[in-house]
Amino acid sequence: MKKLTQRIDKERLLLGVAAPLLAVVAAVVVTALVILATGKNPIDAFSEMGTYGIASDSQVYILNKATTYYLAGVAVAVGFRMNLFNIGVDGQYRLAAFIAAVLGGALTAPGWIAIPLILVCAMATGALWAAIAGVLKVTRGVSEVISTIMLNAIATSIIAYLLQPGQLGQLDPAGTLVSTKPLPQGSHLFNIDTGASGILDGFIFVAVVVGVAYWFTLGRTRFGFDLRTVGLSESAASASGVSVKKMVVTSMIISGGVAGLIGMPTLLNESYQYDNSFPVGIGFTGIAIALLGRNNPVGIALAALLWGFLERSTNHLEFQGYDKEILGVIQGVIVLCVVIAYEVVRRYGLKRQQQRVGAELAAQAAATTENQEVA
Amino acid sequence: MRRVAKLSAACIASAALALTATACGSTSSDNNSSSASSSGGGDGVKIGLAFDVGGRGDRSFNDSAARGADKAKEEFGGEIKELTAKTSDTEADREQRLNDLAQAGYNPVIGVGYAYAASMTKVAAKYPKTSFGIVDSVVDAKNVNSITFTEEQGSYLAGVAAALKSKSGHIGFIGGVDVPLIKKFEAGYIQGAKDTKPGIKIETQYLSHGSDTSGFASPDKGKAAAKGMLDKGADVIYSAAGSSGNGSIEAVSGVKGAWAIGVDSDQYNIPSLAKYKDSILTSMVKNVDVGVYDFIKSVHDGKPLTGVNSYSLAKNGVSLSTSGGFIDDIQPQLDAAKKKIVDGQIQVKTTP
Repeated sequence: MKKLTQRIDKERLLLGVAAPLLAVVAAVVVTALVILATGKNPIDAFSEMGTYGIASDSQVYILNKATTYYLAGVAVAVGFRMNLFNIGVDGQYRLAAFIAAVLGGALTAPGWIAIPLILVCAMATGALWAAIAGVLKVTRGVSEVISTIMLNAIATSIIAYLLQPGQLGQLDPAGTLVSTKPLPQGSHLFNIDTGASGILDGFIFVAVVVGVAYWFTLGRTRFGFDLRTVGLSESAASASGVSVKKMVVTSMIISGGVAGLIGMPTLLNESYQYDNSFPVGIGFTGIAIALLGRNNPVGIALAALLWGFLERSTNHLEFQGYDKEILGVIQGVIVLCVVIAYEVVRRYGLKRQQQRVGAELAAQAAATTENQEVA
Repeated sequence: MRRVAKLSAACIASAALALTATACGSTSSDNNSSSASSSGGGDGVKIGLAFDVGGRGDRSFNDSAARGADKAKEEFGGEIKELTAKTSDTEADREQRLNDLAQAGYNPVIGVGYAYAASMTKVAAKYPKTSFGIVDSVVDAKNVNSITFTEEQGSYLAGVAAALKSKSGHIGFIGGVDVPLIKKFEAGYIQGAKDTKPGIKIETQYLSHGSDTSGFASPDKGKAAAKGMLDKGADVIYSAAGSSGNGSIEAVSGVKGAWAIGVDSDQYNIPSLAKYKDSILTSMVKNVDVGVYDFIKSVHDGKPLTGVNSYSLAKNGVSLSTSGGFIDDIQPQLDAAKKKIVDGQIQVKTTP
């Protein structure tokens, strides 16, 4: 045990945790000021958020939300580790969920065949959609930021075109909602019924598997090493024999594949169909979560849980008569602070390192001069 | 070893997750039960309103529902609790909203907008003693009143008015999002215009598509679309686009002789649009307020409405507003068209 604690670089760990913590604390302070400015008591608000947010039905809600957010965070983080900004996670997961919902509605196979097929289809769709941006980047030098944003808009339009009655959609009895054909009962993924607290999505286990796979691939395989190398320095990577182009396309494909899973908890556990009320914008939430979680598999999970908690508890704040915009303020401030806090902490760490190295050098120099004097 | 450290970190995190997963502690309803019972005994009605994206202040659809609730509150006393949707909502958020309202003893609970259909089905089953109402959709449950409107019939009249008032023989339709509901507006409008003037030219544009609902809340997009149509020569523009319609009305007011047709509320009388009111020919008023008020009244009287209550042209659920008197000269033709629809001589299509 002693050996273990010695081996962990305590300072590195501390600095790693300091930045997100600093951001959250700063966000709490700013939010308190905003609530004060609206003439209400921030302490009441926070205690209200606390008691409501840890109630058992809130826990289920938060875990369900976090499942989706975690997948989004990992999808974005895969790109981040390579210095790729996959802004297109949003379009990728929506298109993937839509195509998978169409396939799932058409399939009549038993669940143990249908569900894996739906998952593979979703991942393939997301991967293909992301690959477009990857290929464009390596062949034509198009920035993936621009192309993925445009692909988001194209995905929206494709879905809007196909999701029409007479195409791949069907009108509900009230004539107000178009949806894909609902999945047959057999294709519903198992849920965990917690009684009064609500229903926990079974997809949470898939999310855990994805997290472990992410950690293993990046930290324990040659591919992951190559990927991180390219992220740190493209020129150094290519000098040491890594094909940067291949890595760009591959990591876009992986990022898109994970993105394809984002809509699956909703599709397989909740809505069982794709329609206009399907959640949008989770790809962008994923960016914030990956940032907050520092691209670390455990960090992303904590960030996703925090995001779920914030949404749950601020929804309730609105009910208590606070302004519903509080959520946006808290989330916005956290993201802003995260970026600033990282920079501050990084500089602080650098300074500490320099001081330490300087001190060691000075000690060394002092020692040599002493020796000389003796001689 | 680093690996051990990471593994132990992963273990701790998963243990924490598992602890949360067991959902220890009481549910939020247990925490709230005391407040719910203490506040339930007051006079009047406790109205729970769950708005669609935009909420109170959109000067259109949500506002209309709010007016109905306000009127009921004035008459019967009591209180209104309002919650508003976000674009990033999932089913769980909508469910939470309705659930919170029902749990706190609000009765009736009204979902404004078709997005609440699925969540209301679930929540209504959980609170059988609470009366629920949904606007613009149908929920099949014993304690739910489905408030629907025949938008296509009102829009038919708007089409007739547009065709009669257009000097260029060229009119336009701006829809917020290309969802089935808004297509009802388009279908009726086009049919009305074509029945009146077979050779009329009609521009159609939707501001956003599919799951992108920004078209209901982007006055800038409405303004740009209307400008485009005006440039092409259209001189009457009907927008069914929530608050985006405000932008369209603003653009139309900049062109002499051009008319805008408003939607949902009588937009001639909306204070914030007063600057442009001389360009607002009429509004296709969807009396959501009447539907909402009727429902609240029925709950207050102890005989809550249930099933599907369709507010048609015949029942004045939809109508053309006459504020400003700009359509007084064509009223006979409009009345004739209305009579034909009410009598069933004209069947208005719901899809374009």
